[in-house]
Amino acid sequence: MHLKRRTLIKMSGLAGGGFVLASVMPGSLLAEEAPSLVGSVELNAYVQIDEDGTITIYSGSPEMGQGIKTSLPMIVAEEMGANWDDVIVKQTPEVDTERYGRQSTGGSYTLYLNWNLMRKMGATAREMFLAAGAIEMELPRDELKVENSRVFHIHSDQFRSFAELAALAYRQPVPDPESLVYKGREEYTILGKSVSQVDSLDIVTGAGDFGIDTRVPDMLYGTYEKCPAVGGTIVSANLDDLKKEPGVVDAWIINGNGNVRELMDGVGIVGTSTWAVFKAREKLKVVWDESAASKDSWTGFKKFAEDVDSDVGPEVNIERGDFKAVFEDRDNRVVERFYEFPYVTHMCLEPMNCTAHYRAGEKDGRDHLEVWLPTQNGPRFQSVAKNLYGLEKDQVTIHVKRMGGSFGRRTSNEYVCEAIELSKRAGKPVKLTWSREDNMRHDFFRVGGFQKVRAAVNPEGRVVGWDEHAIGIHQNGERVVGSGFRDSAFPLANFPVVRGSHTTTEMKTLAGPWRAPWSNTHAFITQSFIHELAVETGRDHVELLLEMLGSPRKLPGDIRSMHTGRAADVIKMVASKGGWGRKMPKGRGLGLSFYFCHAAHVAEIAEVSVDAERKLTLHRVTAAVDVGPIINMSGALGQVQGAIIDGYSTMVGQKITMEQGRIEQTNLDQYPVLRIGAAPEVDVHFIQSDNEPTGLGEPALPPLAAAVANAIYAATGERVRKMPLIDEGFTV
Amino acid sequence: MPKYQFLLNGKEFEVDVPGDMPLLWTLRDVIGLTGTKYGCGIGQCGACTVHVDGSPVRSCLVTAASVDGSEVTTIEGLAEEDRLHILQQVWVDQDVAQCGYCQTGQIMSAAALLKEKPNPTDDDIDEAMSGNYCRCGTYVRIREAIHTAAGFYDAS
Repeated sequence: MHLKRRTLIKMSGLAGGGFVLASVMPGSLLAEEAPSLVGSVELNAYVQIDEDGTITIYSGSPEMGQGIKTSLPMIVAEEMGANWDDVIVKQTPEVDTERYGRQSTGGSYTLYLNWNLMRKMGATAREMFLAAGAIEMELPRDELKVENSRVFHIHSDQFRSFAELAALAYRQPVPDPESLVYKGREEYTILGKSVSQVDSLDIVTGAGDFGIDTRVPDMLYGTYEKCPAVGGTIVSANLDDLKKEPGVVDAWIINGNGNVRELMDGVGIVGTSTWAVFKAREKLKVVWDESAASKDSWTGFKKFAEDVDSDVGPEVNIERGDFKAVFEDRDNRVVERFYEFPYVTHMCLEPMNCTAHYRAGEKDGRDHLEVWLPTQNGPRFQSVAKNLYGLEKDQVTIHVKRMGGSFGRRTSNEYVCEAIELSKRAGKPVKLTWSREDNMRHDFFRVGGFQKVRAAVNPEGRVVGWDEHAIGIHQNGERVVGSGFRDSAFPLANFPVVRGSHTTTEMKTLAGPWRAPWSNTHAFITQSFIHELAVETGRDHVELLLEMLGSPRKLPGDIRSMHTGRAADVIKMVASKGGWGRKMPKGRGLGLSFYFCHAAHVAEIAEVSVDAERKLTLHRVTAAVDVGPIINMSGALGQVQGAIIDGYSTMVGQKITMEQGRIEQTNLDQYPVLRIGAAPEVDVHFIQSDNEPTGLGEPALPPLAAAVANAIYAATGERVRKMPLIDEGFTV
Repeated sequence: MPKYQFLLNGKEFEVDVPGDMPLLWTLRDVIGLTGTKYGCGIGQCGACTVHVDGSPVRSCLVTAASVDGSEVTTIEGLAEEDRLHILQQVWVDQDVAQCGYCQTGQIMSAAALLKEKPNPTDDDIDEAMSGNYCRCGTYVRIREAIHTAAGFYDAS
């Protein structure tokens, strides 16, 4: 099979000779006050036209599989009137937030935060082409339009291609941002369509530019051993033995700064291949001082949680309405349940890695650092380089690399600092690769936790009070990311009578954001419990959910606060598309769940069956999603499918435990993940409401676990209140 | 160090590495073909799948010494000049990948499956692909892509 033309163009690269259309950042004083002065190619630039008609659009946000490198440039191309087949996309060549704006990604927020900037970049280019077209064709500008990478006359067959107009367009004044008019949805030719992600060809041919694939001349390979219990410091190591191992070039004891997100004590080894240093490391004998190290115990944490016997924790986050009265009213019935979820690891398939080249005194006696870095947040590393190594921005070159998954993991900088330490000592570039075991031991985990939920139900079967008490984890006096809940979540956000509180205990095991932090567990608890209430009161789950949402309204706050009407719409849609209320054969059931997070309203129905041997089959998941208009339909469908399968994988088998501060699971053989045979069909329906578009990397995951748990109940009458399911005797 | 010779993507290759160095690291760090990925190092994730004498193997578990005299095909050798393998083309057309890291291994396993069973059933796919983990959960599209490719596949 021959490549299609589009693919060949994308392979050919850019052969120089282009120029940059100047564009402006929102809030730039220069731009606001004197737009005609903004003609310099040195200002923020996302669009480049080549003389052969190739349009290069830069993507400033890092790509980790969420599709942002494709969706953001689609917005630019749409507004400028480009033909997508003429477009090639490149990652911005440097980290420079003054030039490119926000160059980090996370929180399913990147699309929302870049939507206006990308439209502005595209519309600016379009206006400059129109101005050039008017001059070139000697026609009134208001009789010209853009389409298909050209400016055309609406009353004749005259046109000029963008390539023909490029040189003249460049000399046109940059339009005042206030004057820009953006396309209406009915005019879109690119947005909302399905586009294969821009790196697809590289990915399938093995040319994918992941961080771990970095190869630079004269490079050594490195590994770094840290104390298996976080916080241990180094006493000694058998470096002399290591240095005799084949392929080992050097080895050092390295003292860190004690910051788990930067540099911890360890032993660094560099050699002629990753294999050489991994193998040498098997001979490593380190004496650690563990006096200040983690002694964490999962069983200890579990006992702590089970011993908490109060309905309310010392940290009360929200109390609203006549809370005390409804729970003390003897006519009301109080339903109470307790849920449990484990620690889980990120399991990015591309291990943490970084290639660093530290050149001492290279430029005018000043040091220079170059890193090839798969990261969600390049700008954050700039601050680390400054604080830790005293390097100014001009002394640091960051090549942001594609990430083989991240899910919140690649936001810290310890693997970067470790690579830098090795390069500094070796005097050469070093590619540091974490082993899978390193990744599992030294993750910033999704924390485990426990939660009590109570509801007051009146004699008519209406829920009249809601009470949540999470038992979670703090470090340095602060509740860690991912532990417990926030009051922006349904039903805490909208229900008239609620209380939410936390009890926490200290755990040193590293905690971090994991795909839809806290929502990924909070949804399981609350949306299972609402179904339990439906069962207890003999009511239909859909009806109860709609009643608990109340009248359609936008709750106070920005786009990240819920709209109960949009919530009701996705619930009604999923009920209709998922065949809610259908009669099911014995052993088969439907389960429903709704959740709001990351500005997204998502409802899901799971259809499961459970056989006599407790083998669970998730046949199908139907999802109804409102994230506003869809940018790339293929990418959006993929994110929902993937989040649902990821949520199921996590729910079924994944659990990290620790004793004496040591993580007990070291590799995939002790950490079951979902394989293709157990993956469900996924049927996705979007409500493309007239709101600003937001991201989909996270929000389809949280509802899944409750939908499955509720379906298991419907199929068997058995309620699951703990994850993972394999601990409850299920298999898939 | 011992020298080992094998046919790599149709070309004679000689490497000078320790006999116990896995083929994975020989490919990535010594030869410089990085399309074959390191994921777990214990044969559980499938990201390092290559073909040795036509059969799919986890290259983290076979040594350079063990492929001496064999024929090795990696993802870089799957296309024929500018003609993509049908699976690669379908993977692009149907936008299968998300992060993309596991996909070269997925495609190598799928290519071996189609060679053996040009029209695989869902059960055939489940069995042949069960050793390839996808953290992003692209299994739905992997299955669809294999079925699509099978429709075009010319076993000759």
